[in-house]
This record gives sequence, C-alpha cells and structure tokens, in this order.
Amino acid sequence: MRNEPVVQVHGLIKRYGTKTAVDGLDLAARPGITAVLGPNGAGKTTTVETCEGYRKPDSGTVRVLGLDPVRQAAELRPRIGVMLQSGGVYSGARADEMLRHVAKLHRQPLDVDALIERLGLGSCGRTTYRRLSGGQQQRLALAMAVVGRPELVFLDEPTAGLDPQARRATWDLVRDLRADGVSVILTTHYMDEAEQLADDVAIIDAGKVIAQGSPEELCRGGAENTLRFTGRPGLDIASLLKALPSDCAAAELTPGAYRVSGKVDPQLLATVTSWCAQHGVMPEKISVERHTLEDVFLELTGKELRG
Amino acid sequence: MSAGTEVRPTSAGTYTPRPGAAPLPRMIAAQAALETKMLLRNGEQLLLTVVIPTLLLVLFSTVDIVDTGSGQAVDFLAPGVLALAVMSTAFTGQAIATGFERRYGVLKRLGTSPLPRWGLMTAKTLSVLVTEVLQVVLLTVIAFALGWSPQGNPLAVLLLLILGTAAFSGLGLLMAGTLKAEATLAAANLVFLLLLVGGGVIVPLDKFPEAAQSVLGLLPISALSDGLRDVLQHGAGMPWGDLGILAVWAVVGLGAAGKFFRWD
Repeated sequence: MRNEPVVQVHGLIKRYGTKTAVDGLDLAARPGITAVLGPNGAGKTTTVETCEGYRKPDSGTVRVLGLDPVRQAAELRPRIGVMLQSGGVYSGARADEMLRHVAKLHRQPLDVDALIERLGLGSCGRTTYRRLSGGQQQRLALAMAVVGRPELVFLDEPTAGLDPQARRATWDLVRDLRADGVSVILTTHYMDEAEQLADDVAIIDAGKVIAQGSPEELCRGGAENTLRFTGRPGLDIASLLKALPSDCAAAELTPGAYRVSGKVDPQLLATVTSWCAQHGVMPEKISVERHTLEDVFLELTGKELRG
Repeated sequence: MSAGTEVRPTSAGTYTPRPGAAPLPRMIAAQAALETKMLLRNGEQLLLTVVIPTLLLVLFSTVDIVDTGSGQAVDFLAPGVLALAVMSTAFTGQAIATGFERRYGVLKRLGTSPLPRWGLMTAKTLSVLVTEVLQVVLLTVIAFALGWSPQGNPLAVLLLLILGTAAFSGLGLLMAGTLKAEATLAAANLVFLLLLVGGGVIVPLDKFPEAAQSVLGLLPISALSDGLRDVLQHGAGMPWGDLGILAVWAVVGLGAAGKFFRWD
C-alpha cells in the first residue's frame, strides 16, 4: 500500500489564453521525494498548482493521494502542505503570527515553537513579513507547508535564491520529512538539488515530462560516459579504435586532447592506458566524467538547464 | 521507507503525518481574528475607517461650514458619518486589503489550506462587521458628546447597516478581485472621496442640481445615508425605498463579485 502513487497525472493540458503551459503531461510520483526538474517556463509551477487543486486542468486527469484535487478539494487540502514560490503571507503579519494561524487551521499541528527554532525563524521577532529577508520569507513559507502535519508536501522552488547554508538547512528538513514518512514533490531548476534529494526525478520541458526515473537510472540510461586524456598531438585514432570495444568512439578534439566515449569502466580505462603504453604515449590529465543530470537534460532537449 | 537511511536525532517521528482540518467554526474564527488584527495594525486603514469619519463628525458639528438645514448639525451629520464608516470599511478598506492579499498570494495560499473559500469570505465579512461595531460605538459616543439626539427604530437602523455592508462588500470585492492591486488602491480611494462629497454624507443632496439629485440618490452611499437620516433624524419607520436600492446593489455587486473574482 505504501507504493501507491501519491500523485498521478495523465495527459494534463493547461492553457493560459493562447499559451499552452502544460502540454499533455504524464507523471506518476511514488512515496518519497520526487523532484520536478526543468528550466523556467517549462510548466513546473502550473503542474504543481494543478495538483494542489488551485488550477483546473483544461484536459487530462489528476489524482493526488487518490483524490481529484478540484472535486474532492475539501478532503484533499487538509492532507497536503503547500509552499508557494513566493508570497502567501499578509504583508503586515509577523512570521510567528502567520505560522500560528496556519497551525490553527489544522487538527493536530506541529509544535510551532519547535518549528520556529528548527528553521531559525526566532530571530524574526516582531518584524512584519514585508521586512523579512528573502531567506526568512522562504523559510517561513516552508514552515507553513509542514506545520499541519501533511502526508504530502508540495515545494515550489524551495531553495531558489538561498545561500548555501540555508539551502542545506532546507535539504535537511526535507530529508527528515521523508524519514518520517512524508512524501515530497519539489520543483527545482537546480541539478544538484535533484541529485542530492530526490528518489525520483521527472525532467520536464515545454510542458511535457521527457524522462523520469531515479537520478542513477537517468544518468545511466541512454547516456554515455566520457574519458578524456591529453598526449602528443596526432595519435593514430584508427589504431586506438581497434583496441577499444566496438561501441566506443574516439576523437582528437583539439591537437593533443583526446576523448573516448562509451561505457567507461575499469576495463576500458586499462585498455586505453595499455594502448598508450604500447605507443609510447604518456596520457596526461586523464579523467573520467560521469554523466550528470545536466548532460541528460542537454541530450534530451538540446538546451542548457540554466539558460 | 526510512529503513536504511541514517537516523537523525532531530527527527524521529516529529513530522509523522497526522493530517486533518480544524473544526470549521474554529478556522473561521481564527481567520476573522487575524484579518481584524491586520486591519487594525494598518495605519492607512485606520486613517480611513476611524480618523476621517471622526474628524468629519467633530469638525462639521462644531464649525458651521456646511448648511445642514434646520436643527442641530450633529443630528444631520451623525447618520451620514455612520454611512461613511460602513463604506470606509466594507468598500474601501476591504477592497484595498483584499486587492493586496490577492497580489501577494495570500488568497492563493489560503486557497490551498483546509479553510474553504466560502469560509475565507465568511471570515472577511465577520472581520468587516467587527470593525463596523467598533466604529459605530466610537462614533455614537462622540456624537452623543456633541449633543446628538437620535430617533427611530433601532431595527431599521440595523437593517440599513447590514444591507449597506452587503452592497459595499460586493462592490469592494468585485474591484479587488478583478483589478490590479495598485489600480484598486487608487480607484477605491477615489470612489471613497467622490461618494463622500456626492453621496449626502456631509453635503445634503438637495444642494445639488435637480437632475444630479435623482442620479446621486441611487448611489448606495446616498441610499444608506438618506435611510439612516430618515430614521435617526426624522424618526421615520422602515425606509423601504432606500432598503430596496441597497438590496439591488447588494445582489448585483455580490453576484458580479462571485462571478468575476479571480484568486490570483
């Protein structure tokens, strides 16, 4: 029962006027942490807001914890926590005041004081929301998402613009949520965030999910790894290729800079170094590059993630 | 599913899901309390809802600037200022506050909370009513100090105030839910000023040209101030005509707000 998807989206289409923000999107999120990764404008926020029941799909079906977020909103809303990308708080409210208010809307909220301390919001004191720093506003929004003890939390760009220390604090809280059995759907355009946190990553571009799987699966599947070395210019690439397994490629990128791509494993590394030894070449700056989500994204879309 | 992951001393079940909405009356009460607190903390709102009506009442009752007809000036002014107080809270204040709540995502965030949308609107109405009670008490005490001697049926007064609140709330929410926050801010203040002058609040409507009078008389502020004056100054029974005008505004305004209100 724990493996029932927490979010299931089929053929979601959402338009704003003539602009299609989400274009036939399919997504299934298992319990755990799912990162929805994509560049700005890919449709991440619209997808999440549709799951929250905030937007009505133009077409397609959305089920969150098995419920229709629009028709069964009253049943769903107490079970989810929401962190908006920005805002969501009365400009004249103090951090603790707003958090206590959201807590009051729930039956068994977290201990507000403990949460304030955990997220370092105690220092906000009597400062009203509009005068809080961006990081404090972000942490308050995160606290508001979790204070009601939800089963599922939606975090929209939870660490955008945070300094590294605050990012790590947010990541720690997200990991704690997961450890206690809370599922998390987070959108991000940070590769490392998805790699560090997520059990599953859905890569989204132009309103569609173009790949989904664990970070390891995504980096392995379809993607090739790369071995680079430098040596004297003009080595015999044809001879090197003959020594390599048949599915490998090799090239001299610039004079003296060589690249071998294929399934890079210890055997391949040994093959390359022994070929170099036979030809009296000293391979310098030898390096093996693992495929990152960034490469996967680039391959799938031809675009840089952070454009 | 936490098996195999490292154990964190800070966690250990702290966040274990225990979802559930608070009882509806508690949610609405909490929301109304917060909205009222936000309003009373806001300087510009207090200026609009408390300072301006009080100043107008005191100033025009004690200094003979406007010809308010026969009898004590305060007997003419108090009903008008009560109407103004209702407009300042239900229309101007609510429009501006809600416009900025919409702009800053407050409505959006609360729209995903366990509080249903109608519950949020109920809380807003309660907050407006609480503020109005405070205004009416304050202005009544001041008016009495200035020698006010009200007449009439308190029930008729109550009915006028409630229908007036409904009419102004509808118009205020329509504005807040369709215009940009800055446009709402400007328009709500402008309308407040125009209706203050042209709605029989401190300037009797019979000072205006006849043609203008018949149009101005149909404004919600004129109906409210005229109705209150009929009852409180002249001891009239139910001012059905004015109640009818307010009822039409309330139905049209709330209906349009319900149809066109956008939450973001």
